[in-house]
Amino acid sequence: MSNSIRKWIFVLTVPVLVVGILGMMGGGAGHGVTLQSANVNFDDKASLQRGAKYYQNYCSGCHSLRFSRFNRVAKDIGLNAENGFSDDDVTTLLNENLIFIRGEDGKKVKVGSLMKTAYNPKAAAEAFGASVPDLSLVGRSRGADWIYSYLNGFYLDPSRPTGMNNTVFKDVGMPHVLGNLQGWQTLDHNKGDEHHGAPKLSLSKPGSMTGAEYDKLTRDITNFLAYVSEPAQLSRKMYGIFTLLFLMVLFGFAYALSKEYWKDIH
Amino acid sequence: MAAYPRTTEATGVLGWIDERFPLLETWKAHMSEYYAPKNFNVWYYFGVLAMLVLVIQIVSGIFLTMHYKPDAELAFASVEYIMRDVPGGWFIRYMHSTGASAFFIVVYFHMFRGIMYGSYKGKRELVWLIGMALYLALMAEAFMGYMLPWGQMSFWGAQVIINLFQTIPVVGDGLSIWIRGDFVISDPTLNRLFAFHVAAVPLILVALVFVHIVALHTVGSNNPDGVEIKAIKDDKGIPLDGIPFHPYYTVHDIPAIVVFLMAFFAIIFFAPEMGGYFLEHANFEPANPLKTPKHIAPVWYFTPFYTVLRAVTLSPFMGTLAMFGAIIMLFLLPWLDRNPIKSWRYRNTAHMLNLAIFAAVFMILGYLGVKAVTPEYKELGVRMTEIYFLFFAVIFAHSKSENPGRYLIWFLVLAAAIIGIDFWRYNPDDAVSAGQIMWQWVWPIGYLALTLLLPLFLRGCNAEKTVPERVTS
Repeated sequence: MSNSIRKWIFVLTVPVLVVGILGMMGGGAGHGVTLQSANVNFDDKASLQRGAKYYQNYCSGCHSLRFSRFNRVAKDIGLNAENGFSDDDVTTLLNENLIFIRGEDGKKVKVGSLMKTAYNPKAAAEAFGASVPDLSLVGRSRGADWIYSYLNGFYLDPSRPTGMNNTVFKDVGMPHVLGNLQGWQTLDHNKGDEHHGAPKLSLSKPGSMTGAEYDKLTRDITNFLAYVSEPAQLSRKMYGIFTLLFLMVLFGFAYALSKEYWKDIH
Repeated sequence: MAAYPRTTEATGVLGWIDERFPLLETWKAHMSEYYAPKNFNVWYYFGVLAMLVLVIQIVSGIFLTMHYKPDAELAFASVEYIMRDVPGGWFIRYMHSTGASAFFIVVYFHMFRGIMYGSYKGKRELVWLIGMALYLALMAEAFMGYMLPWGQMSFWGAQVIINLFQTIPVVGDGLSIWIRGDFVISDPTLNRLFAFHVAAVPLILVALVFVHIVALHTVGSNNPDGVEIKAIKDDKGIPLDGIPFHPYYTVHDIPAIVVFLMAFFAIIFFAPEMGGYFLEHANFEPANPLKTPKHIAPVWYFTPFYTVLRAVTLSPFMGTLAMFGAIIMLFLLPWLDRNPIKSWRYRNTAHMLNLAIFAAVFMILGYLGVKAVTPEYKELGVRMTEIYFLFFAVIFAHSKSENPGRYLIWFLVLAAAIIGIDFWRYNPDDAVSAGQIMWQWVWPIGYLALTLLLPLFLRGCNAEKTVPERVTS
């Protein structure tokens, strides 16, 4: 057999075997609950700013962002010199809208502080049966789609101590903090059983927001948490483009140099 | 007292140094007058790429060490501090985390190149053995480094690996406590793994790379044709098919390095988690000794061996032995593959199929290692493990092609061994597993049929070709 045929046998055998055998096994592992897409967009600074506001007002009482700093967040969500905010403006804005925690001296913490929470973790564990997690990295450990689905997944369940359960986080200890805004949902057991498709929720008692308004609010919070999980993602793609452009030019020179040297090798 | 200065043709600063240190001699021996075969193909880039990644890891690692805190209370937060507060810290960290995976990608290609072209043959056994020792050291280095961020997978991955030592009879308990420095994985464990990761193992890696290259340059590089270029030399003693490593291969490697860097930086800047394979999602949760994750999966480069570990359910110790055995078998390749033809280009088609299937099986084992165990996948893992080990018997059987009748004996013996294990594993009370055993035997038996019966009955697939005297193209 000629070498080129044999080469093709090899080139084809490996992927055909890998894909074929694994394909025949047909997945095996069942999938979890289908998540709804959060469609995060970090260019939408208004959404990030609303997300930060909602987060600080509704979530930060219990959930810290202990790796994140107030002034860094301000800069990244558009409260920066580029948009005409001086350092003093930013300090005022932060103190009026986002900073609610106080230091040991009883004064509001400085703008460069970490976004911790005043809530004692032991008290939280006693109240809810589980410690309250820090959410700095929830956008990476669970992902944006999960956060969005979670915020939209609360439903009434009388068997739970808080009276609430969640479609993506079964038997969650957290009460539905945003319930007054969203209203109260019930799980429709008849449609979609536990293993196939998204569970169907329907609003049994409306809240102060319309469905569209609440959806926007949860997208904003999700957007903000996804950003907080990795601030570097706002800039790294830009560096990537320049790096790749440089390497392409470098490749041209490197290739030409190699060709030049190798022209006398036969 | 009479001095015996070295004589040198160099003058000036270079001359001053060369009288005191064999600079030119070393440069000539390893670069400008080291003759490498002129027919290297793309597979030969992975050696230099591995060296490049080693340098990237050492340099980025030094910068990480400046900010990282090896303390169970502080480690996780210090990594996030690097990611957020240290200027450019995220870039250094992604270089290091992507570099770890890149290291294994290039090393796996490098090793497979060696197997394809028989680069462990012709007095190159030591090159191969040192390379395998490097691979072992690299695995240790990667495992220890993975523990340092002290996330959930760092902690529970370390738990799984260190518990492997506990499975050793008699000494296991004491040994695992000695390794951990505690009864559980904790601060002392983190401290010692940090010491090994940043000092001990890197020193071993660098030293082994040095001897790997010295040994290689003593024997000379193999090539895709498996022709010994030193056999035919011109009147100056220079191999006719050899070209000086510098400048030809130094300039030849630069475009390849640039292409590698494009992929490397594309991952760093656009997909540093690589879909959860380079940086696992669960590792963004701090280590919690009280909360066992539902699904513990090692990073992708260990998963083939992890599947082997999970496949052998006889006893935990046997699983551990099988896992280490899978690595040790690779050490033995130079003595198992005794066919005098080096490159697969001139070996029979059955040998080439054997290598292709081995590569595929290694990938399937890797895939299974990241997946949760289901009855289908569990049995598939066992079958792929069987093929993994059968590969070494088959490559031995292919050592001689003159008498294909021997293939039949090999087929019968190996197939009988597989069926025997199936009989012993078969338990009618466990209908699900039994059902899986009853059909998935086709994988190892099919493998043996393809590699041993095919060349027996189809003579074309057993035909070896004459190795040319000079390299082709």
